[in-house]
Amino acid sequence: MAGDGVIGDSEVDKSRRVFLTAATAVTGALGVGLAAVPFISSWMPSERARALGLPTELDLSKIEPGQMVVPVWRKQPIYVVRRTPAMLASLTGHDDRLKDKDSKESDQPSYAKNLVRARKPEFLVLIGICTHLGCLPKARFEAGFPELGADWPGGFFCPCHGSRFDLSGRVFDGSPASVNLRVPPYAYVNDQTLVIGLDSVSKKGAA
Amino acid sequence: MAADSSGADNPPRGLRAWLYKRFPIQEFISEQLTGYYAPKNFNIWYFFGSLALVILVLQIVTGIFLTMFYKPGDATAFDSVEFIMREVQWGWLIRYLHSTGASLFFIVVYLHMFRAMLYGSYRAPRELLWLIGMLVYLALMAEAFFGYVLPWGNMSFWGAQVIVNLFGTIPVIGPGLVEWIRGDYGIADATLNRFFALHVAAVPLGILLLVALHLVALRQTGSNNPDGIEIKARVGPDGHPLDGIPFHPYYTVKDIVGVGVMFVLLTIVVFYVPTFGGLFLEGPNFEPANPMSTPEHIAPVWYFTPYYAILRAVPDQRLGALLMFLAVALFVFLPWLDRSPVKSMRYRGAPSKVALGLFALSFVALGYLGLQPAEGLYVSLARIFAVIYFLFFLLMPWYSRLGTMKPVPERVTFHEHE
Repeated sequence: MAGDGVIGDSEVDKSRRVFLTAATAVTGALGVGLAAVPFISSWMPSERARALGLPTELDLSKIEPGQMVVPVWRKQPIYVVRRTPAMLASLTGHDDRLKDKDSKESDQPSYAKNLVRARKPEFLVLIGICTHLGCLPKARFEAGFPELGADWPGGFFCPCHGSRFDLSGRVFDGSPASVNLRVPPYAYVNDQTLVIGLDSVSKKGAA
Repeated sequence: MAADSSGADNPPRGLRAWLYKRFPIQEFISEQLTGYYAPKNFNIWYFFGSLALVILVLQIVTGIFLTMFYKPGDATAFDSVEFIMREVQWGWLIRYLHSTGASLFFIVVYLHMFRAMLYGSYRAPRELLWLIGMLVYLALMAEAFFGYVLPWGNMSFWGAQVIVNLFGTIPVIGPGLVEWIRGDYGIADATLNRFFALHVAAVPLGILLLVALHLVALRQTGSNNPDGIEIKARVGPDGHPLDGIPFHPYYTVKDIVGVGVMFVLLTIVVFYVPTFGGLFLEGPNFEPANPMSTPEHIAPVWYFTPYYAILRAVPDQRLGALLMFLAVALFVFLPWLDRSPVKSMRYRGAPSKVALGLFALSFVALGYLGLQPAEGLYVSLARIFAVIYFLFFLLMPWYSRLGTMKPVPERVTFHEHE
């Protein structure tokens, strides 16, 4: 304070100085931390990206049995397969070779947490992105496909790192992927129309 | 010393005097160049530090010119790179210098790192020098990855997809983190633009800072040498190390020869084999990015393939990603894993020599296997070499002490030229 003159070392309250220094540093660090929030948040998907990620509709009547169509939702290819009875039959008999046969560890809406991993057995709806590192698995629906061995029941094969999935998108042992292909939220508007991105047609679904 | 006394007799005048009074340029030259003593027994392995610095300058200069013509954005990026290649005057040369420079950077840095492992340069008192160098290496990997995405070819896109998804394997925060990195629900325009900003501004600034710190730390400890002994321990009557010679002019001149040889090799690649058979620039990257079509076979550029092979060798995604990051991170611990009583491989026992040889072999082999499809024999071999790679680090505290060490000389080994 003014007028005190020169203060000797003995008169300096060190603990007070340490406290003030620490308090200033903590307050400053807090300010820097708060100021970082807008910058970090700027990396989140923009309003435009969010708007473009709205649900998309698909006409099922044009899909032949055994055929796959690939609409796009949120920049991700969605695999929609119209499974034949033979394809559905191929889902049983290889449980012992699957990493997650009951889809316990995998990511799907509750209505797809079953053997066929679908609302209706006939139509399989998957996010066509390998759960390993994001490549697009290729359709290898024929049983015993030459490169995949005689015991191949039909399914998907990822060319990048060799992950294999059955016709419900369940991952086989020995694949680098650890969980089954993801199922997006989807719902039936009517028997012939699917909406991808919603859990039900009345309320808005979560990603 | 004659030079010093004559300098005192003729004090600088004119512009020089004006400058010296206002800027410590004399001190800088005498402390960093003419008065910095480096061991006199450097061999060919000691070229790569200065070569890395020259490539850094090359990459900055060519990079600045590329940004004058490149247009980030998912609709413009690929076309602007083709524009540079076909229509910008000499654009092809500037781009090929930049793309070849990137591969050359890693060749030189890997040789520089191997030199440190060969002569124990990471050992006390140079641990911090080594750690800063490792940070430069990490920043360089990030820089190379971001740069690889910019041409927005199909391999750029899918490479970005695979690498960004690696962060999705982190428990709990993974999926949200990936969305934050991409700024969209897939690799998109937003991702490309932020990678551009990181590639041309953020990461290069970081690299420049780290390289400056690397040099500051080097000046503090002085260079190691092929004998792995401290030249500062034996000082002559003039106060300088007996086995040291001034960095300038002796090593600046030597390094200029190295730069000349490197530029000959660089230009041969640039002019005759710019893609280097798909190793430096990959074929699928000459097609525009297509989110609906994965290339038949995804492989990163060669300098990442040793780690990529480790990633693919593990049949569990989380463990694979973890081991891949560990494979990079283990270098950091070398100063403390190495318990050998001598630094240089010249005087170490056979176990250390065999281990380093096997490590170098497994690094190269993994690099090759990372370029091959992930199937059959390739995966089995990658597993074997990955085990050797990790054992090199994990068993080092034990094997580095084994074997018969040769006696370390008091003075550096040096043969005068006839």
